[in-house]
Amino acid sequence: MATTQESAIAGSTKPTSTSLLSIRNVAKNFGKNIVLRDISLEIAEGEFLTILGESGSGKTTLLRILAGFEQSTAGEVWMQGERLDTQPPYRRRVNTVFQSYALFPHMTVEQNVGYGLAIAKRPTAEIESRVTEALAKVKMSAYAKSKPSKISGGQQQRIALARALVNRPRLLLLDEPLSALDANLRRQMQVELKALQREVGITFIFVTHDQEEAMVMSDRIALLRSGELEQVASPREIYNRPATSYTAQFIGHTNLLQADIHQGTAMCDRLAWPTDLPNGSALFSLRPECIRLAKIAPPIIAPTKTPSQSTPKISSTIRFRAKLRDQAFHGATDLLRVETDGGLILTIRTANRDLPNSKAPLEFEFDAADAIPVRETSLGSQSFASKSEDKR
Amino acid sequence: MFSRAYRTAITVPPLVWVAVFLLVPYLLMFCYSFWSVSDSGTIIHSWNLDNYHELLTKPVYWQTLLRSMWIAARVTFFSMLLGYPLAYFLSFYAGAKKDLYYQLVIIPLWVSYLVRAYAWKTILGTDGVLNTSLQYLHLASHPLDFLLYSPFAVVLTLTHIYTPFTFLPIYASLEHIPRNLVEASHDLGATPQQTFWRVIFPLSIPGVLAGATFAFVLSLGDFLAPLLLGGPSGIMISNIVVSLFGAAYNWPLGAAISLCMLALVLALIFFSERLENKWSFQ
Repeated sequence: MATTQESAIAGSTKPTSTSLLSIRNVAKNFGKNIVLRDISLEIAEGEFLTILGESGSGKTTLLRILAGFEQSTAGEVWMQGERLDTQPPYRRRVNTVFQSYALFPHMTVEQNVGYGLAIAKRPTAEIESRVTEALAKVKMSAYAKSKPSKISGGQQQRIALARALVNRPRLLLLDEPLSALDANLRRQMQVELKALQREVGITFIFVTHDQEEAMVMSDRIALLRSGELEQVASPREIYNRPATSYTAQFIGHTNLLQADIHQGTAMCDRLAWPTDLPNGSALFSLRPECIRLAKIAPPIIAPTKTPSQSTPKISSTIRFRAKLRDQAFHGATDLLRVETDGGLILTIRTANRDLPNSKAPLEFEFDAADAIPVRETSLGSQSFASKSEDKR
Repeated sequence: MFSRAYRTAITVPPLVWVAVFLLVPYLLMFCYSFWSVSDSGTIIHSWNLDNYHELLTKPVYWQTLLRSMWIAARVTFFSMLLGYPLAYFLSFYAGAKKDLYYQLVIIPLWVSYLVRAYAWKTILGTDGVLNTSLQYLHLASHPLDFLLYSPFAVVLTLTHIYTPFTFLPIYASLEHIPRNLVEASHDLGATPQQTFWRVIFPLSIPGVLAGATFAFVLSLGDFLAPLLLGGPSGIMISNIVVSLFGAAYNWPLGAAISLCMLALVLALIFFSERLENKWSFQ
């Protein structure tokens, strides 16, 4: 199990198309404090890659190494056959959108956007037309003559973006650019930013701590955990096939089931489902939306769908009885917490609002294929689906 | 939050202090400047503009004033030349030693002004440290006499004394520049030098203006350095005021000169503040 997962992770650090940026064994420590260890990552031309991680995971440090504001302690960064990490930031064809925008307060919006071109000594007419174009692209043409202090945070954010894009960099780095915006504007900007990236075709490396933002925007997500890459995969893959318990918990909600495996059957409490894993113990992730209310009363032991399987008694649809502990409204869905007969607490996401009002146990079911084996990675806040006695 | 009585109790004493020791003396000076003094040496309390007339017509006064401004301008220039790079180095490159260097710059301010002026006297004098060394090294055959009792000595001493005063506001303004602006500039392709002239320097202008105002105003009104080190050619306007209030016993004329200087300085501070606000983006 471990080997297949590791190769899956290693495989997904390689992008499918031609590679633009190659991060090779990059490590960074500040004194004795190790911030990044052995990061290797290939980023494709035109890709939207999100570096996702909690605060302190090293995501901003990694971005700063790419921009040239920090020197890596070990490793190399290459951009299309050219060593990048030995060059000062002003020689790299990389631009950054800063978290706090970092607009020059003594210059107008126009001068801010034209700064890079003026430094590159482009002809005045070219600067003017490219600045006008860039401002139009971020819908800020009306503010060309304003000072940054006179425009709102969202508008400053657009200017910061225009200022970076106008230089037509090979690679654009974005350091939590949306984190200062309020929720609605933020969602709007996520969509716009994604569309803009498609339009200009520049490779984006986007740093965020917000997993939903990462899911909405990215082609691939690189999940960082305490300075190490936990998993690199597309949003769908990382959500549907989390490699580790940390990934499963960080990205979306999940139920972690600690199961004992005996001859192709995983057992957790009174739940049992078929698995390919060898005997021993393993951790499974079961998403709350993968558990549903059982509609019709079936036989307790359903016929197996795959007759060839060696243990025909174990159904691929697992059914269990549980009592509803509480129910929380989450808009389109409700989150239920239920307690199984065996005392296991599970979280279930359902769009079904017509739950029987009785105190009687309900019938739930899930598909064995949705119980994803995950490698256990230690995490302070990790919580297994636990016995009720442990909780109360 | 505080009771009315309490607020009165803490605000009245300073107000009284300012009124008695600042406003009243200014008012008295204002009155004196329109009075005159008789040949027998008594103040005649009759209002006239003779003092101001004398000030404008007698070359010695406005020439001394111009020389004082010229000295102050040079002091401002040199203390800027020393203070800015020092502040820039400390703010951007001193790293962990920043606080130590900062203290080292500040420490001279704890030493009495008089001691520092006297120190220069022993350094620059005919038998001073500098002349003795130069002769010992055979770089000079006889003591250089332009060193002491000259405008040179005054400019040198005042520059030494007022450089920390220019350093402080410049340092403060440099410290206020968000470092990500410097990073953004590098990120957009600007070399450190381009970044300095296009981003750092423009943003430090308020500090430069404040520092220049300090150096100019303080050295314009200085009278100790010219008294101790200036000699006849290094006389400044304040020395004239001192003698008018002292030996010459012409308080009305002294008051008139003082008020002119006050007006000059206030105008300077006013314009400097206007400019600072224009260049301030915080």
